Amino acid sequence: MIKPENLVYSRTKVLTENIMHYCPGCSHGTVHKLIAEVIDEMGIQDKTIGVSPVGCGVFAYNYLDIDWLEAAHGRAPALATAAKRLNPDRYVFTYQGDGDLASIGTAEIMHACNRGENIVVIFINNAIYGMTGGQMAPTTLIGQVTATTPYGRNVELNGYPLKITELIAQLPGTCYVTRQTVYNPVTVRKTKRAIRKAFENSMMKKGTSFVEVVGTCSSGWKLTPVDANQWMIDNMFPEYPLGDMKDI
Amino acid sequence: MEKREYKLLKGNEVIAIAAIRCGCDGYFGYPITPQSEVMETLMELKPWETTGMVVLQAESEVASINMLYGGAATGKKVFTSSSSPGISLMAEGLTYLAGAELPCLIVNVVRGGPGLGTIQPAQSDYFQATKGGGHGDYRLIVLAPASVQEMNDFVDLGFELAFKYRNPVMILSDGMIGQMMEKVELSPEKPRWTNEEIEKKYGSWIVKGKPSTRERHIATSLELDSAKQEKFNQKLVAKYAEVTKNETRYEKIMCDDAEYLIVAYGSSARISQKTIELAREKGIKLGLLRPVTLFPYPSKAIQELTPQLKCVLAVEMSTGQMVEDVRLAVNGKIPVEHYGRVGGMIPSPEEVLNAVENLIERK
Amino acid sequence: MAKIKGTIVVDVEKCKGCGVCVPSCPTKTIALGREVNGKGYNYMQMVNPDTCTGCTNCATVCPDTVITVYRVKVE
Repeated sequence: MIKPENLVYSRTKVLTENIMHYCPGCSHGTVHKLIAEVIDEMGIQDKTIGVSPVGCGVFAYNYLDIDWLEAAHGRAPALATAAKRLNPDRYVFTYQGDGDLASIGTAEIMHACNRGENIVVIFINNAIYGMTGGQMAPTTLIGQVTATTPYGRNVELNGYPLKITELIAQLPGTCYVTRQTVYNPVTVRKTKRAIRKAFENSMMKKGTSFVEVVGTCSSGWKLTPVDANQWMIDNMFPEYPLGDMKDI
Repeated sequence: MEKREYKLLKGNEVIAIAAIRCGCDGYFGYPITPQSEVMETLMELKPWETTGMVVLQAESEVASINMLYGGAATGKKVFTSSSSPGISLMAEGLTYLAGAELPCLIVNVVRGGPGLGTIQPAQSDYFQATKGGGHGDYRLIVLAPASVQEMNDFVDLGFELAFKYRNPVMILSDGMIGQMMEKVELSPEKPRWTNEEIEKKYGSWIVKGKPSTRERHIATSLELDSAKQEKFNQKLVAKYAEVTKNETRYEKIMCDDAEYLIVAYGSSARISQKTIELAREKGIKLGLLRPVTLFPYPSKAIQELTPQLKCVLAVEMSTGQMVEDVRLAVNGKIPVEHYGRVGGMIPSPEEVLNAVENLIERK
Repeated sequence: MAKIKGTIVVDVEKCKGCGVCVPSCPTKTIALGREVNGKGYNYMQMVNPDTCTGCTNCATVCPDTVITVYRVKVE
């Protein structure tokens, strides 16, 4: 049975052979794969520029075999803005986590989306800072325990979870704003379709396409990967409901 | 012979015009006094309709400098302009650009600080421009224009050096040169590089989309392996040494027989040039050394002059920043003092002469 | 009636044993084994190879893309 003619799923060549540094079960790996598959299927490896963030995704450039810019924390949309405006025939996307996009880089993402930059934004929301060891993120849930909210996120002290995707959907510069996830085959396939649509949009001068992926951080959440998926379903989705917010 | 074009222009305006004429691909900036005319001029001239140059008002200086990163990495000629508080905001981006070895041009039309300070001219960002500003071991190549003509000339030169050494270049001007009008001979018009030209010149490093024929290119300043990071730092040191060897620029005025020397750059050098005339009328053998590059600094030129000198006065519109580099060059052999006005105050040639005479009297 | 038969190949040394593939399998073909790979992870393996339909669910959800899937129609 193991013959090329029977092959129905294999690792895309747009992924490098490097073993990802992500923890077991981390959603980053799944989303990396989906972006790589979309790039592969669209045949745009030689026309794609990725912008990696600061956070766990910083080493995305080790895993996708495309040209990359590694941005300072939160600044990826600014880099992408110039890269795209100066090279309009290129597909430019940013890959950012919740700290990068929704905390330190709030200004850059809001303004890039408001200008309607013809870029793709992939936003990974796992409600925690993974890279630095599990501190509170802007999207951390009320009551959620993190390294800097050891007694749970307290509204009086820390404010509310920031629903930045809902804010971004209000901006006239965006053409496609969606929230997806990747915990089972159905959601993974839906997310892939969303990413593909976002990449296609970026060449149609329609404005910014923004794909949030609610993901897990089993290390930060201190759960097994399978339990983290369940915790995400029970706790994250009520706060961050899935689906398209805008699709023009 | 090519027709020469002359215009009466503000320093800030000529920056914009020179950029368009030298084939610049993009400007990204944020308004701040006293340099807003740079972007205003660009917006008025609409180069995107002629050369295709992109001009964008960013949401902040933080975004502007990071837009430079995004543009420079694709091999495009990009620049920004700002003034002191804005440059402080760009410090992060500058060190990332230097760390990723990306070429770009930053124009700093300096105003007085610290903090929000004043909107009047100053030279109090010398340390920031030449010693870092951002974190980590890095240098900018710093050009110090002393006229509107040099504002024009240094745009093209700045891009040339930036791409030659893959390093950010700063034009360190000030509110006086930015705002004053002078006759300028405009540079000849050069077309923007085509994508093919960029590929040919800089195809070995630009981030442009990876063809199957090469490894992927990554513009990054991140290296977790200490041994590799140290090696990279040493590579930068070697590059800066090369820049120092090849690109140190300065001007010597009446130095041949000088017994006393003023070292001054930019606006202060203009003022001091008049001081030299006044001093010579009085029979004082005063010369002027004007650093044109502040990094690399013309230390050797100062060193070589030192044996014939009795003392040196560093004149700068700061409380004493460049004077430290003069002292390092002179290395204690003769007295070096500082004279400066700050907070937007501009010294007159007479008061500089007075400072020179005081120094001579005391030594 | 035509029957669909499938099989998977797991890049054992790259599997981190996260197990998110296991609940995605509609035929309970796969599980984390007792054996460990070079990194000490209990890697994923087929425990009921006969039931695999080659649906690609496990490979689709795998964050480390270590699963290759084959499928044939058996008459």
